Amino acid sequence: MRMTQGAFSFLPELTDIQIAAQIEYCLRNEWAVSIEFTDDPHPRNVYWSMWGLPMFDLHDAAGLMQELAACRAAQPEHYIRINAFDPSKGWETVRLSFIVNRPSQEPGFRLVRREGAGRSIHYTLESYAVQRRPEGERYTTGT
Amino acid sequence: MGAIEQKIIDPKKRYQAGVLKYAQMGYWDASYEPKDTDVLAVFRITPQDGVDPVEAAAAVAGESSTATWTVVWTDRLTASETYRAKAYRIDPVPGQEGQYFCWVAYELDLFEEGSIANLTASIIGNVFSFKPLKAARLEDMRLPVAYVKTFRGPPTGIVVERERLDKFGRPLLGATMKPKLGLSGKNYGRVVYEALRGGLDFTKDDENINSQAFMHWRDRFLYCMEGVNQAAAQTGEIKGHYLNITAGTMEEMYKRAEFARDLGSSIVMIDLIVGWTAIQSISNWCRDNDMILHMHRAGHGTYTRQKNHGVSFRVIAKWLRLAGVDHLHAGTAVGKLEGDPMTVQGFYNVCRDTYTRQDLPRGLFFDQDWASTRKVMPVASGGIHAGQMHQLLDLFGDDVVLQFGGGTIGHPMGIQAGATANRVALEAMVLARNEGRDIRHEGPDILRAAAEHCRPLRAALDTWGEVTFNYASTDTSDFVATPSMA
Repeated sequence: MRMTQGAFSFLPELTDIQIAAQIEYCLRNEWAVSIEFTDDPHPRNVYWSMWGLPMFDLHDAAGLMQELAACRAAQPEHYIRINAFDPSKGWETVRLSFIVNRPSQEPGFRLVRREGAGRSIHYTLESYAVQRRPEGERYTTGT
Repeated sequence: MGAIEQKIIDPKKRYQAGVLKYAQMGYWDASYEPKDTDVLAVFRITPQDGVDPVEAAAAVAGESSTATWTVVWTDRLTASETYRAKAYRIDPVPGQEGQYFCWVAYELDLFEEGSIANLTASIIGNVFSFKPLKAARLEDMRLPVAYVKTFRGPPTGIVVERERLDKFGRPLLGATMKPKLGLSGKNYGRVVYEALRGGLDFTKDDENINSQAFMHWRDRFLYCMEGVNQAAAQTGEIKGHYLNITAGTMEEMYKRAEFARDLGSSIVMIDLIVGWTAIQSISNWCRDNDMILHMHRAGHGTYTRQKNHGVSFRVIAKWLRLAGVDHLHAGTAVGKLEGDPMTVQGFYNVCRDTYTRQDLPRGLFFDQDWASTRKVMPVASGGIHAGQMHQLLDLFGDDVVLQFGGGTIGHPMGIQAGATANRVALEAMVLARNEGRDIRHEGPDILRAAAEHCRPLRAALDTWGEVTFNYASTDTSDFVATPSMA
């Protein structure tokens, strides 16, 4: 399966030139960009690991692209996303988030159905990769 | 305008039994300077032939506050001067003979805190049936911060909705299930599943799906949630279906809301026709249950569409933001339903601004401080398709739900393909806009290029690329000529 979180998951993988253009857009809007990674892509896993702090005083995309290259080298089989944070009044939240790296194989999620009273069902998603191995080893050693 | 009747100051003359002009009774005061705490309203009025517009404006102020048709001595038992609304300004409507904008100020103490029902009972109560007026329309209101703060507002709001859904930086995508009546629960859930699996974020019940013989509400909820969760598992994304909980009684609405919650739904929906009190009640329930509240504005066209009589949708949107809804259908400008682009943008501003600025071409007569009231996500729905993606993104920006019902389900390759076409078109357009491209002009090229790697988008453009609904709008700006979107 292809996990489709993030703003651009339905497009072909973005090139570094395309990623840099999105960073420049974020900087024009005065948003702080940051890099996060995880090997637990459950859609309700809010807190991915931070690759350093958000870059509040960045002037161009080059600095972030350098960090992204380092993150990719360290975590080649992790999901990596770029977030842009808007601290302005009334927002104070992420304004753009997109995936820039993903594992070479994505086994996806199992839908667990727990049958309840009447015909009702309680649903849970379980990541096959997370079930399989502990954090840090989930996508690295093949199936 | 004839000679303006002045307020009678001498109490003996003012309170002599009999009939006075409303202006004489004190409902017109050209020298009145509105206070920051006043509720302000602009009405468009069409006085009957021979009725002086100033007297008509005074009558509007009177009939929407304390007045009756004759002098009553019991006024003297109250601080009547305070409680009387004051019409303080009147202007002819540009290009519309016989119509006037009249400005009225209301003392804050006239209104019960946190009750849209009470506000509307005054402002649009008796006054719209008043005989000396041929027609009246409430165009806009300024609600003072002191009053805004008595409302809880949207239970979720744009910011928290996005954080819950984990979706940032692009409009959300939805679709209304079709045919809207007649499907069984099991078949209906199939459409939900296909559309979400193909790439939509939300699917939606239509306004008149409640609990009919062909599909009882519990069946609908059960099968829809199966579709939602199946699609979430296969995409790794949070998905939702607006379960319409509209019912004949409040007790039944709560019952349906609780079942939706127990099944794990992230969102429920109601129709505008349930009424203001029911809206505020279910909004409170949503706050207590971490539920997003979708509002379908069913019925609004009966009073918002005609320019000379009724209530502008921008006022309805203000009331709904205070009453507390998270999603609100606010028009498309390019689709099959009424709405000229600038007027519709005005509605979007009302939903999303932190501070709304006066903007006459967009129909906004007042500055409005929202005092941290959460933002409402506007919904564009009705006759839109992937080929208009550049126009929609250019008009409305990122914080909107774009709903393609027919434009998803009617796709020649199937529902999933329809959903994928919309999602690819959307992401390609956002990417291009962020790169600095001029999407308004380059949009069709951007879509064609995206279709190179997406066969469903190619099919969508081939099927609907040329479809437009290019009719003149009824509810247009009074201050600029606005072309409809071709």
